[in-house]
Amino acid sequence: MPLSIRGLVKRYGDTAVVAGIDLDLHAGECFTLLGPNGAGKTTTLRCALGLSAPTAGEIRLTGLPVPARAREARARVGVVPQQDNLDPDFTCAENLLVYGRYFGLRDAEIAARIPELLAFAGLENRRDAKIGTLSGGMKRRLTLARALVNRPRLLVLDEPTTGLDPQARHLIWDRLKQLVRGGTTVLLTTHFMDEAERLADRLAILDAGRILTEGSPREVIAAHIEPQVVEVYGEYDDGNGGAPAWAAHHAAALAQRFEVSGETAFCYLTDPAPLLAHLAAQPGLRYLHRPANLEDVFLKLTGRELRD
Amino acid sequence: MNTPAPSPWRPPRLSLRFVPVWQRNFLVWRKLALPSVLGNLADPVIYLFGLGFGIGMLVPDVGGMPYITFLAAGMVCYSTMNSASFEVLYSGFSRMHVQKTWDAILNAPVELDDVVFAELVWAASKALLSGAAILLVVVAFGFAEARYALWVLPLIFLAGLSFAALGLVMTALAPSYDFFMYYFTLFVTPMTLLSGVFFPLEQLPPALRLATDLLPLTHAVLIARPLLLGEVPHAVAAHLAVLAAYGIGAFWLALALLRRRLLK
Repeated sequence: MPLSIRGLVKRYGDTAVVAGIDLDLHAGECFTLLGPNGAGKTTTLRCALGLSAPTAGEIRLTGLPVPARAREARARVGVVPQQDNLDPDFTCAENLLVYGRYFGLRDAEIAARIPELLAFAGLENRRDAKIGTLSGGMKRRLTLARALVNRPRLLVLDEPTTGLDPQARHLIWDRLKQLVRGGTTVLLTTHFMDEAERLADRLAILDAGRILTEGSPREVIAAHIEPQVVEVYGEYDDGNGGAPAWAAHHAAALAQRFEVSGETAFCYLTDPAPLLAHLAAQPGLRYLHRPANLEDVFLKLTGRELRD
Repeated sequence: MNTPAPSPWRPPRLSLRFVPVWQRNFLVWRKLALPSVLGNLADPVIYLFGLGFGIGMLVPDVGGMPYITFLAAGMVCYSTMNSASFEVLYSGFSRMHVQKTWDAILNAPVELDDVVFAELVWAASKALLSGAAILLVVVAFGFAEARYALWVLPLIFLAGLSFAALGLVMTALAPSYDFFMYYFTLFVTPMTLLSGVFFPLEQLPPALRLATDLLPLTHAVLIARPLLLGEVPHAVAAHLAVLAAYGIGAFWLALALLRRRLLK
């Protein structure tokens, strides 16, 4: 098993950043840890890699106990950190060469692998380019290529697409899918629902250091939330009220569950027909009807308050 | 299962895994080698000639030798100290805190102990180079005897390790680059003035002499000066032991502080 975690607790003083996590990664899957900022995602990864000693719990990374044999385990793992830490003084190729040496690889061995890695990152023409001349997306791709220098069995990525534009994100997703198809196990953290929904074979939603739910994106959605969502906003009662006033009068009768957030009422239901018919007769109100998604589950489980 | 966190004070665990980290720093340096060497050389050479000739005019001789000859050994040691200190403080802090180079390395099968040891040896390597460059200048200009001059090289490598280790303690504690000003103004500069670099220790009042004996730079100078005069220094083992003790003690302390800072 690429990674197995039992009862992981990490406390700083009185604060438990990780408050008891169990996790099993299956070989060849893409597993996503989804959670708001401060949920404990990065701390969990640091513990898993042996860079932070757990307060309690048992971790096995590529079958080896961590932190006791973390160094050996890391030899079979690739890591893409949250913050780019490429060597700014080096070219793309030099970054790969120098990083490969940390794994005890011989220069000839790494040199033979560099063209392949640069091609994977779409940087064939940037071999001798300095890091400072690369775009954010290129840097991420090079960091991904760097993490593959040792042909890892498990690839760990901490928020790999944060700060990237849509084109760059899609390219990263495409590469990760390619790796999973090739048999690499992928563990990634994100707070992007669409990323988790697109990539994850399985995911866990993490908040305040605990796993709230776990399963395939479909399972998680099915288990926690009604399949249809109607978002209602606009004007009600000839402009005397908005969606909140409408919801107070009608939502309970028309939806299985509803939530008001700001000027929008979120109605969760199985059969949307009666609600949609009702809304059609309300000229001031507008609505968006869509299937339920991970974001709905996420907000239901972790609440709507800001996390900063 | 509760696993007690390993103590940050556990002994350093060294391995040859520091080599690729040292190589990384060397590769960066090689790209900027010429300006780097000239930069390292300029400061001590300016001091040497400026003070050597300037004060040398006023002072006929110091301990039976021209002032510039007296100053030569001091400048070799001073240059070594500065080079090692700057490397672990400013460049080391960049790699640790700003560029996050250490974080990248720690994701590979390399331990923090290896990374810090690599920084130590790298800074000493640069110090050796700076010391050797100024050594070459003083020998070439005839301010030093060539006979035992090569023996200065292992000395300055050891001194480089000691000063690098002391600097690493500061790097481990530093919140930002500004912090290093304290180290230079409160430690390095007074030490330079009290270690026999610019004037003989005998000039100092007895109370200060006690302090000078505790300073690592003093012990480096006390070996380097006789060697550059073509003489065999006294109590070499004791002086080397002081330098080694500073190096080992400070390295251990720096590593413990860095483990606490980075592996929390």
